[in-house]
Amino acid sequence: MPSLEDVSLRADVAAVVARLRTTLPAGALITDHNELRTYECDGLTSYRSIPALAVLASSAEQVRAVVAACAAERVPFVARGSGTGLSGGALPHADGVLLLMSQLRTVHEIAPQDQRAVLDPGVINLQVTKSAADSGYYFAPDPSSQQICSVGGNVAENSGGAHCLKYGFTTNHVLSIDLVTPEGEKVQLGTRAPDAPGYDLLGVVVGSEGTLGVATSVTVRLVRAPEEVRTLLAGFSSIDDAGAATSAIIGAGIVPAAIEMMDALAIEAAEAAVHCGYPDGAAAVLVIELDGPADEVAHEYLAVEQLCRENHAFEFRVAAEAAERALIWKGRKSAFAAVGRISPDYIVQDGVIPRTTLAQVLRSIEELAGDSGVRVANVFHAGDGNLHPLVLFDASQPGQSEHAERLSGAILDLCITNGGSITGEHGVGVDKAKYMPRMFTDDDLDTMQLVRCAFDPDYLANPGKIYPTPRLCGERPRVHVSDEPPALGDVELF
Amino acid sequence: MAIHDDLAGACSHLRGAGPGDAVDGVDPQWVVSPSTTAETAEVMRICARHDLAVVTRGHGTKLSWGRPPTRVDIILETTRMNQVVEHVAGDLVVVAQAGLRITDLEEHLGRADQHLSLDQPAAGATLGGTVATATSGPRRMGTGSVRDLIIGITMVRADGVVAKAGGKVVKNVAGYDLAKLLTGSFGTLAVITQVAFRLHHRPLSSRWVHRSVTDVQAARATVARVLHSQVAPVALEVDWPLDGPGRVAVLIEGAPAGIDERAHGVAALLGGDTETADDGPPWRAVYPWTADEVALKLTTQLSSVPDLLSDARRHGVAVRGSAGTGVLYGALPGDVDAGTAGKAVTALRNACVATGGSLTVLDAPADLKAGLDLWGEVHGLALMHQVKDQFDPGHRLSPGRFVGGI
Repeated sequence: MPSLEDVSLRADVAAVVARLRTTLPAGALITDHNELRTYECDGLTSYRSIPALAVLASSAEQVRAVVAACAAERVPFVARGSGTGLSGGALPHADGVLLLMSQLRTVHEIAPQDQRAVLDPGVINLQVTKSAADSGYYFAPDPSSQQICSVGGNVAENSGGAHCLKYGFTTNHVLSIDLVTPEGEKVQLGTRAPDAPGYDLLGVVVGSEGTLGVATSVTVRLVRAPEEVRTLLAGFSSIDDAGAATSAIIGAGIVPAAIEMMDALAIEAAEAAVHCGYPDGAAAVLVIELDGPADEVAHEYLAVEQLCRENHAFEFRVAAEAAERALIWKGRKSAFAAVGRISPDYIVQDGVIPRTTLAQVLRSIEELAGDSGVRVANVFHAGDGNLHPLVLFDASQPGQSEHAERLSGAILDLCITNGGSITGEHGVGVDKAKYMPRMFTDDDLDTMQLVRCAFDPDYLANPGKIYPTPRLCGERPRVHVSDEPPALGDVELF
Repeated sequence: MAIHDDLAGACSHLRGAGPGDAVDGVDPQWVVSPSTTAETAEVMRICARHDLAVVTRGHGTKLSWGRPPTRVDIILETTRMNQVVEHVAGDLVVVAQAGLRITDLEEHLGRADQHLSLDQPAAGATLGGTVATATSGPRRMGTGSVRDLIIGITMVRADGVVAKAGGKVVKNVAGYDLAKLLTGSFGTLAVITQVAFRLHHRPLSSRWVHRSVTDVQAARATVARVLHSQVAPVALEVDWPLDGPGRVAVLIEGAPAGIDERAHGVAALLGGDTETADDGPPWRAVYPWTADEVALKLTTQLSSVPDLLSDARRHGVAVRGSAGTGVLYGALPGDVDAGTAGKAVTALRNACVATGGSLTVLDAPADLKAGLDLWGEVHGLALMHQVKDQFDPGHRLSPGRFVGGI
């Protein structure tokens, strides 16, 4: 247990500790530097920052007490679920409190009769589906990290996943949350039924990356498991053909549960890592999943096969049984990690483009990569135009990090100029805050800040994320945006 | 005349208000109809300078919903902003101006065999009005409601600043989702001038399968069988009039080859004597009330929908709506006395709240509305006031029409 006299603590953080000492058990307050270092980054390891204090919360009331103490002492706080985020959204604030939510992991209710589940924020995404499976239901948002990521993190980031093409994102599946506001008040947003009266504050809080408060309970929609699922794998000799097949499928009025694309480099990496048995020599593969009533899936399957062949698929196969289906998905879902085996370092991008620009944007990325001598592996959600270019580099080689960083920025610019977005599901976090002014005007960003000022006038909730240089609440609109890095305390860049 | 001249300078489509322009009994002075976002911004800057209260209006199909405004100087009419800005069929996305009628949009999209998967319970409604009131219909079960389909928004703030959020791609988590914030905000936060929506293909074929049910027990069993089946219904609707049998209807869509097989399956699930047709029963996607009745929106958890049907009938409220999502609409005769109306609203609201939902009085004859609590307890109301104060510190946008006097 840290003491007030602990000279290593800043006075305001020591005051937070003093306030919490009566409400939290010994051991819940972590000030040991080595222990704190465990939390210095999330899934994006290139930004690191050690928090002044970490608090291991084990109840909603404790979360409220921590936030209230931070509010009283004006100490910034950051909530962290499983720490799998890829945009640095859970990067700690060096002068602030890191609120660890992972012990709040009770599944409070699985109610198939209402198609609802009531969950603690630290519950693991996949656990929801496992808990509901016996009754024939599942939780639709399925980010690739679903075996470890938390529902609270999904809420903060508005997580997607391969199947959001058909089923939507986290925001479409959250009915209600209990929120601790940055001022330390507990408030329920939404109801178990849709369309709660008043402003749709829930719709703004989901995806606000922890900048509008901390969720302590989450009520989600459960979806009835489909009668039939067919997972298909199609191999193509060119990326253009795979892209054309994707457009043809969507254009035929079919909404597959998922259409994922991987290029040759990504296939090579996945093959080496998990032996997923993708077609030899493919320049691109599509993983297509159809689900729904058996009659409907049977029809769609025939149509998809025909469209893939018309677009020169040289191999087309359907998973015959569950193990084969799992293997096809394993290749896709392990792609990021697999790339780590063929390159010491890589940057994952998350830009979105209108689907119709896919082939053209991929060609531009290839050209940019060629020009800068940096390799790019492409793994992405082709159905909704959400790219995940993996920019490969070796940080130990002089200049390579800069080349990779520059290429990443150029790829985001491509997404913006083609009418897309800098992030489809990973969030802006600390990583892409500097790109926000390229996508939005000062007026757009200032208008978003109005919401921030309503929730968090003292700017304590996850400061420095999403917005590069937010104006202070009550301040006149700014006239100039600088390119300065966001205020995060002492952040080390790796 | 300074105000008039300033307004006329900002927008040539300006006229003095007439009796038909009253907002729920409150008379404005002018009606201004800008054609662009920029013109709207200019009008709003003038309204800010002269402290004028503004109510935004499309075709006025839901203008009397909510409380009467505490004051109105200007009706800002969006109907001249009625253009499709961009429709890239291959992306299944449309960007359109807020004053465009949904029916006109549908005509445009139909040429590409696409549609905005929202029903139109209020005939003639514009996109902006539909967003501002968050009105959805039966298809929300399959493809979501307004908040699920909107992907981008352009607004003019009370101070005349133009801002946008979201974009024109379906998947996008950059920045706060202000499109959702404005969805259902009844014109109290900003003027919506342009919206972007995710689209769907028109179904290759569709079937409505429906049957009558004589009592709540039958309705409960029928609804539950469909709800927990794997037939993937796009809509599951129920109609429960004040007396006589109710009806349950199911919409499925898909490939023509399998649709009849699937419809047979749905009929078997429904049980009893079913009817199957390409078009839905006449009552679906139509509000149950007439102009002089009390219009209610009732929500509840799915398993409690049948209980709500019987509660509603007991309190003299005819209901219909989405048993597949737990969102129903109710009509209470407008000739009941204030005490009876108040009791029915309170009792049904208690029933909704106890089962995870809410009851909103959308509209009512003026004498009844004045005595009714339209929303009940609203969670997060303090935060809502703070949001309103940030967006509209002068409280000039539809003042008093929304929850908590917002």
